[in-house]
Amino acid sequence: MTRPTVDLRPTQPPLPRPRPLAHFFTRPQVIALAAVLLVNWLLFPGFFTVTWQDGRFFGSLIDVLNRGAPVAILAIGMTMVIATKGVDLSVGAVMAISGATAATLVTNGIPAPVAVLAALGTGLLCGFWNGILVTVLEIQPIIATLVLMVAGRGLAQLITEGYIVTFSDPLLIFIGTGSFLGLPMPVIIAAVLMILATLIVRRTALGLLIEAVGVNRSAARFAGLSANALLLIVYTFAGFCAAISGLIVAGDIRGADANNAGLWLELDAILAVVIGGTSLMGGRFSIPMAVLGAMIIQAMNTGILISGFSPEFNLVVKSAVIIVILVLQSPLSSRLFRRLPGAQK
Amino acid sequence: MNRSLRPLLATTLIFLFAYMLAVSQQPAMLSTRVLGNFLTDNAFLGIAAVGMTFVILSGGIDLSVGAVIGFTTVLVAVLIMWLQLHPLVAFAIALIVATAFGAVMGAAIHYLKVPSFIVTLAGMFLARGGASVLSPDSIGINHPFFSAVQKSYILLPGGGRLTVVGMIMLAVFAVAILLAHRTRFGSNVYALGGSETSAALMGVPVARTTISIYALSSFLAGLAGVVFSLYTSAGYSLNALGVELDAIAAVVIGGTLLTGGYGFVAGTFIGVMLQGLVQTYIVFDGTLSSWWTKIVVGVLLFMFILLQRLVFRAAPRRT
Repeated sequence: MTRPTVDLRPTQPPLPRPRPLAHFFTRPQVIALAAVLLVNWLLFPGFFTVTWQDGRFFGSLIDVLNRGAPVAILAIGMTMVIATKGVDLSVGAVMAISGATAATLVTNGIPAPVAVLAALGTGLLCGFWNGILVTVLEIQPIIATLVLMVAGRGLAQLITEGYIVTFSDPLLIFIGTGSFLGLPMPVIIAAVLMILATLIVRRTALGLLIEAVGVNRSAARFAGLSANALLLIVYTFAGFCAAISGLIVAGDIRGADANNAGLWLELDAILAVVIGGTSLMGGRFSIPMAVLGAMIIQAMNTGILISGFSPEFNLVVKSAVIIVILVLQSPLSSRLFRRLPGAQK
Repeated sequence: MNRSLRPLLATTLIFLFAYMLAVSQQPAMLSTRVLGNFLTDNAFLGIAAVGMTFVILSGGIDLSVGAVIGFTTVLVAVLIMWLQLHPLVAFAIALIVATAFGAVMGAAIHYLKVPSFIVTLAGMFLARGGASVLSPDSIGINHPFFSAVQKSYILLPGGGRLTVVGMIMLAVFAVAILLAHRTRFGSNVYALGGSETSAALMGVPVARTTISIYALSSFLAGLAGVVFSLYTSAGYSLNALGVELDAIAAVVIGGTLLTGGYGFVAGTFIGVMLQGLVQTYIVFDGTLSSWWTKIVVGVLLFMFILLQRLVFRAAPRRT
């Protein structure tokens, strides 16, 4: 548990501090997104065409934003969890639970705003449960959240009684498919959540404290931080984000599918966070970069779809992306780069 | 008695208690037919769980086993039905491919110093994607060898059938118990799980052991895929979806410590049987829905994790 504080992550080069806008465009994630979008444009020349119709924007680019929003929202919560050196495998199951809760309540005649609040409440509760397992019972995060990942889909099916509950409630459908200021609602929700979360962690000491817990939990505790309270907040927030995603996905298909809602999205969310440059070893994190990571994943998905490959091909491409990132992040390659003159400043 | 045997004993007692409880509700469950079906229906899960036991004992995790099972079924089907190879040749090729796949993952985990779950996650995507690129549709396997294997079994007293598939699982468990507790490789796995640094200082070949562990896990996942294709006579890229979670649950319920370094292969066998019991009971009952399986397995998983915490909190800290 206790490690020497002077020798933390000695093999990793320090991540850059926030830099001016000009430097933003040289970040690898931004270049990667640009490259993916360029390939999409070459495959499908109308890719960047955005039209205004019926009071909202339409086009492939908007579609990428819209389809990427659920994973982006998951990634916001996941970034904080991974920054504390944890991981949350249960977010996909929590999505199913939240969607099932909202849909079942609405079809039983409960007013939609109450159903939405109840769904968000179940998300908070699920996250809180994970947090209790990680802090009070001191179970490793992968395993603690695995419990809910296994049991969660069963719970969601218990709520829907095994059926796909469909609904026609205007508020729930609006969350999934509506538009505001010409942009789809999921995009607005994801953007607002990203900005709020970033402001909260960066304008207060919260972000710093989360990083401190992630780098060395014991040291953070000895320094006077209540690491357990922080971890509880972080896991509860991840559950909350998952509940929002669950509402969006349910509203999009106008129904709650306990088996398939959010299936494998936990893996996409982790991938988005890793692409965003947050280390799985905890510490430095960036919420906007994780959202950008989610957009890169979705741009690839869309690109594969419009180029006519089968959607399963996605998995091969995703694994190739993970492998490239792992090789680039590994100590082996940073040693190699250091040998090259001028590569490391 | 030896305190380290306690979780194994607890698992065994809980299994016996649960089985008696099930029999008191459904007397028909007390028969060798049901027991024989236990072994046949859970054979692929059991074989994959043995590999997972070694991985978890070494302190890692392997999320790719379900995908490797799916990939193997498709590969076997393609080799037999499209290339007209004999099933035994197809099995050999599939097992070699799976083993090489695991070795590469193990090498990546060791040399790139990445957490095992992210490497095996990439492996999972690759294997599932590779399987659906090979064939997005289910391929039925129709070969005299398959029908012959499926028809052969040993008749147990009481009318139960011990099928070839069930025998393969029992054999795998027997060999794995010897491998874990009686060989140098087994000791190295335990040492690695206790502490990688200490293991390296003691002279355990960390690189070779890590690569062997993941190669073994994928080999067994491949074998589970072969068994799965024998069991269903089909190859499909979405076969065995989520089996990695069932396998992890079986290992944990079997009393293996998730931080590594402690546990028994025999415990995993009971963990698999306990999951099979839950499933069979729900089928027997008829009024309970299938989603109760997931909830009960989740609750069991939670109980055993809690049990581990209690046992190991009481024990003196050695870390």
